Amino acid sequence: MSRSGPFRLAQGGRIERTRAVPFVFNGRPLTGYAGDTLASALLAQGITVVSRSFKYHRPRGVFSAGFEEPNALLRVEIDGCAVPLVRATMQPLVEGMVVTSENCFPSVDFDLGRLVDGVHSLFPAGFYNKTFMWPGWSAYEGIIRRLAGLGTLPSGEDRTQYFRHHLHCDVLVVGGGVAGLCAARAAARAGANVVVLEQDTELGGRALCERLEIEGQAAADWIQAAVDELNRSGRVSIMKRTLAAGYYDRNVLTALDLRHADRAEGRAERFWIIRAREVVLATGAIEQPLVFPRNDRPGILLAGAARAYLNRYGVAVGRNVVIATNNDDAYRTAFDLHDAGIRVAAIVDARPRAGARVEEAIERRQLKVHRSSMIIDTRGSALVSGVAVRELTADGRAFQKPRQWIACDAVAVSSGWNPTVHLYSQAGGKVRYEPSLACLVPESCRQRVRVAGAVNGEFALDRVLESAARAGRDAARDAASETPPGRAQTRVAPGEYRMETHGIREIRCAPEGASARQWVDLLHDVTRADIEIAVRENYTSVEHLKRYTTTGMAVDQGKTSNLNALAILSELTGREIAALGTTTFRPQFMPVTFGAIAGGQQGDLYAPVRHMPVHDWHVRHAAQMEDYGPWKRPACYLQQGESREQAIIREVRTVRSAVGLFEGSPLGKIEVRGRDAAQFLHRFYINNVLSLQPGKARYGLMLTENGIVMDDGIFACLSPGHFLVSTTAANADRVTGWLEEWHQCEWPDLDVVLMPVTTQWAVLTLAGPRARTLLQEMSSDIDFSPSAFPHMSFRSGELAGRPARVQRVSFTGELSYEISVPANEARALWEELMERGAKLGIAPIGVEAWLTLRLEKGFLHVGTDTDGTTNPLDLGFARIVDNKVGDFIGRRSLLRPHDRSQERRQLIGLEPLSRADRLVPGAHIVTRSGGGMRSEGFVTSAAFSPTLDRSVGLALLERGHARLDDVVTIFDEGRTVQARVVKPAFFDPQGERMNA
Amino acid sequence: MLRIPCPYCGVRDEEEFRFGGESHITRPGLEVDDARWADYLFNRTNPKGLHYERWLHSYGCGRWFNLVRDTVTHEVLAAYPMGAAKPRLTEAEPGNDENPVSPAQAGTLRGGRR
Repeated sequence: MSRSGPFRLAQGGRIERTRAVPFVFNGRPLTGYAGDTLASALLAQGITVVSRSFKYHRPRGVFSAGFEEPNALLRVEIDGCAVPLVRATMQPLVEGMVVTSENCFPSVDFDLGRLVDGVHSLFPAGFYNKTFMWPGWSAYEGIIRRLAGLGTLPSGEDRTQYFRHHLHCDVLVVGGGVAGLCAARAAARAGANVVVLEQDTELGGRALCERLEIEGQAAADWIQAAVDELNRSGRVSIMKRTLAAGYYDRNVLTALDLRHADRAEGRAERFWIIRAREVVLATGAIEQPLVFPRNDRPGILLAGAARAYLNRYGVAVGRNVVIATNNDDAYRTAFDLHDAGIRVAAIVDARPRAGARVEEAIERRQLKVHRSSMIIDTRGSALVSGVAVRELTADGRAFQKPRQWIACDAVAVSSGWNPTVHLYSQAGGKVRYEPSLACLVPESCRQRVRVAGAVNGEFALDRVLESAARAGRDAARDAASETPPGRAQTRVAPGEYRMETHGIREIRCAPEGASARQWVDLLHDVTRADIEIAVRENYTSVEHLKRYTTTGMAVDQGKTSNLNALAILSELTGREIAALGTTTFRPQFMPVTFGAIAGGQQGDLYAPVRHMPVHDWHVRHAAQMEDYGPWKRPACYLQQGESREQAIIREVRTVRSAVGLFEGSPLGKIEVRGRDAAQFLHRFYINNVLSLQPGKARYGLMLTENGIVMDDGIFACLSPGHFLVSTTAANADRVTGWLEEWHQCEWPDLDVVLMPVTTQWAVLTLAGPRARTLLQEMSSDIDFSPSAFPHMSFRSGELAGRPARVQRVSFTGELSYEISVPANEARALWEELMERGAKLGIAPIGVEAWLTLRLEKGFLHVGTDTDGTTNPLDLGFARIVDNKVGDFIGRRSLLRPHDRSQERRQLIGLEPLSRADRLVPGAHIVTRSGGGMRSEGFVTSAAFSPTLDRSVGLALLERGHARLDDVVTIFDEGRTVQARVVKPAFFDPQGERMNA
Repeated sequence: MLRIPCPYCGVRDEEEFRFGGESHITRPGLEVDDARWADYLFNRTNPKGLHYERWLHSYGCGRWFNLVRDTVTHEVLAAYPMGAAKPRLTEAEPGNDENPVSPAQAGTLRGGRR
């Protein structure tokens, strides 16, 4: 007996028998061969139960040999890096891999969850919707979430590296089977640059699994010759173990590349975004199972899979195998097994006769065939041990004669092959059921896509070769041109190469008379009975059926269940399958790791971090750097032994009593130049721009066309036809785009040019009663005396030998100068100001103190004190709006009755009656109403004011402007505070300090 | 993913662009009534078929332009500069190749604003 297991045959297969690969399955050390998949290695070892089912926790075994696998989803760990729900049928065996079954406790062989199976009749389709009605879903959600789901997320750090790549090519061939290779070869011969995607580790597709001759050569030799030619051509890039997952507009496809997913060191997954001029889909077909009672036992698998394990991996799926089929193709499994010396217990064929050549081969081998028969029951627990067979009536709608039991240890089932049309459908292609082929076929598509091989219902090899060669050739020809704008041609999938070769009879499901459960969707545990319930309750459209029963909604997306579900629906409703339609195929074809889609854009690279020009100085001086939008900014600067709160209070007092220096570089700055610059800006601000004289600055609000406050800031006139617009830091990009859009789309006739200069100019703001003293000590050609440089004016000149733009504007209520210098000069100026200001008591000021200062003053902070419903009238700007001459964006909206209503929420100030009480942003202002409370508004900003030694806040309050001096109740998390409504100006309401 | 023919830069991927909603909407003056103003603010045609819309080549030339797109098939039928007149396209059934307008042709269609 081979070390790689009792079911490994002495010869055959493409595995490397000289390279043993040790691995661990559920704690057991086992061995396979290089070239094995995890599934083939487990089958070789005679391991029949690999998982427990989703709902009933029934034992399940390997069911397929490819991406359609519904059962063998296992947790795979390589060198401590775990991935849940890996398809064992796609996972190459890797030395040292640790494999664990999911969804079972305490073990896959003895699972307590199986208790659910004993009472399965309590859990029919629609169970959740019908059962958890009272008192509500939330009462049950917690426990059900714990019970539900497949797999467990790995914990700890994900050491996988993820990459996202882009690729362009003339012709993309999806699928590296015979059709794909043939198409790629033809396209390359015609001079196209070709990319071939193949999800398997080897090229050749089904041909790797069959005893087959292609163009007079053994399949393996033909494949090798084709691959050699592609490699020699220099125009073909072959990507194995790379799975095309999505097909989008304009021939954009995505693919998950797992070529480096099996390495212990430096595990990597790559996500490719591929733009192809032309696409050839050669995605093959998926074999469908038969539906019969208790058809989910381990040991029951697809007939083509049994052949794959035999011919490709040298593994026998059993020693005494029953074949159940409705077509000729499954006989190849019987013949291959028989010829390899494995006993074929019986063939159960739903048809009265097989094809003539098949009948001959049966005769030669003396195989036992039960004709016009189906399996109607199975036995066994961890492995199927027998099947009951019964004869069908002539019309196939009922059974006749008594049942007969046949002993076996494996059942290979087939109801024919169904084209893998998923990507074609995602591309927008129409798909229909073709009764003469008994499968879905591609019909037409408006993208530049062709189909060749089994995906197009071409099941005869010589026709596939012809069709694929033509598809490749034509694709290369058409790839010479880029898609021009205009109507796309509808391309019809060619029908002339289609051929049904299996003599299929459309009986997929055991007819009535069978009471035991018949599985349709193995992964989601959906049975024929569930579909019957759905139909009884009138969920008879395919889309409703899918959602009500969840058939086809599991991670395998119904690759082996959708067609059977359609067949049962057809039988129950009496409508033809072709008339039922199909559910929509959507990306992804297979699960794609989120990390791969994100690529490198995660962690520190998730979003760019913006540093201000004086950043390094702040960091070196104990600044508490925090995120404000994309910017890192100092929240405050800690001096020795200080808490954060103490630092903020000290900084506020410094500004009120001496002078503070604040970096405001993120402030948005836009230069507006041109003959019509004033006229242009006049259409944005609620304020008068036309009357602004050179050297003067003005505070303004900008609205959306719906009259909602969008941004505020200072605009200054530098000279006639030259303005500088400041925006809030958060809106710098938005306002720039806003001005551009209106200029280009609405007012292109205005002579104006816009230039965002936010990052060119650093902004250092001096604020405090000693700010002027400090500036007057610096060398400058600007006269800072109060009469020469009053509040709300602008000067440009030189400061300490540097070009500077200085605005005398105030966010804090103090005498204040906003100094802009070229960004690369900022650090030196900052240091000079700090040095010279030392004797005046200067200190650097963080954002938190800055915001407290503005709140003490009652100044507005757009986005904090306003929301998506706030208009300028709500903020007390009615007089400015009414006095403005001419239209501006949003003006017409302010004329609507609702916008002028005094019932609206209006901005006011709040002072708690008790000095000990604190206001909290977000707290609601409430009134008693009926038996409960009603909100009349909410606190938008609040802070403890060090200057006033009390808490103050701003709020949006219904009818607020008319309610000055009212006392209101503020509710916050069960606590209430009484506060007085005041004008939003707590400190120096006359503005004497900033005008000083 | 759309491939968009920017009239200034040529064909580029959709991710270089920003969608700007329906185009050729006339902004009314202050004198219109509330219903007309509401119509301008909120009502859009949302057709099944040809949609005239504007796009910004934000990661390219920074220019706004107009595009005609079929909302059923996502086909781009024409691209033309801001300010050019609507190209006359027949509301042909998808798949009918009648009257496609190339960006070059559309660029020569001058007319009134928006």
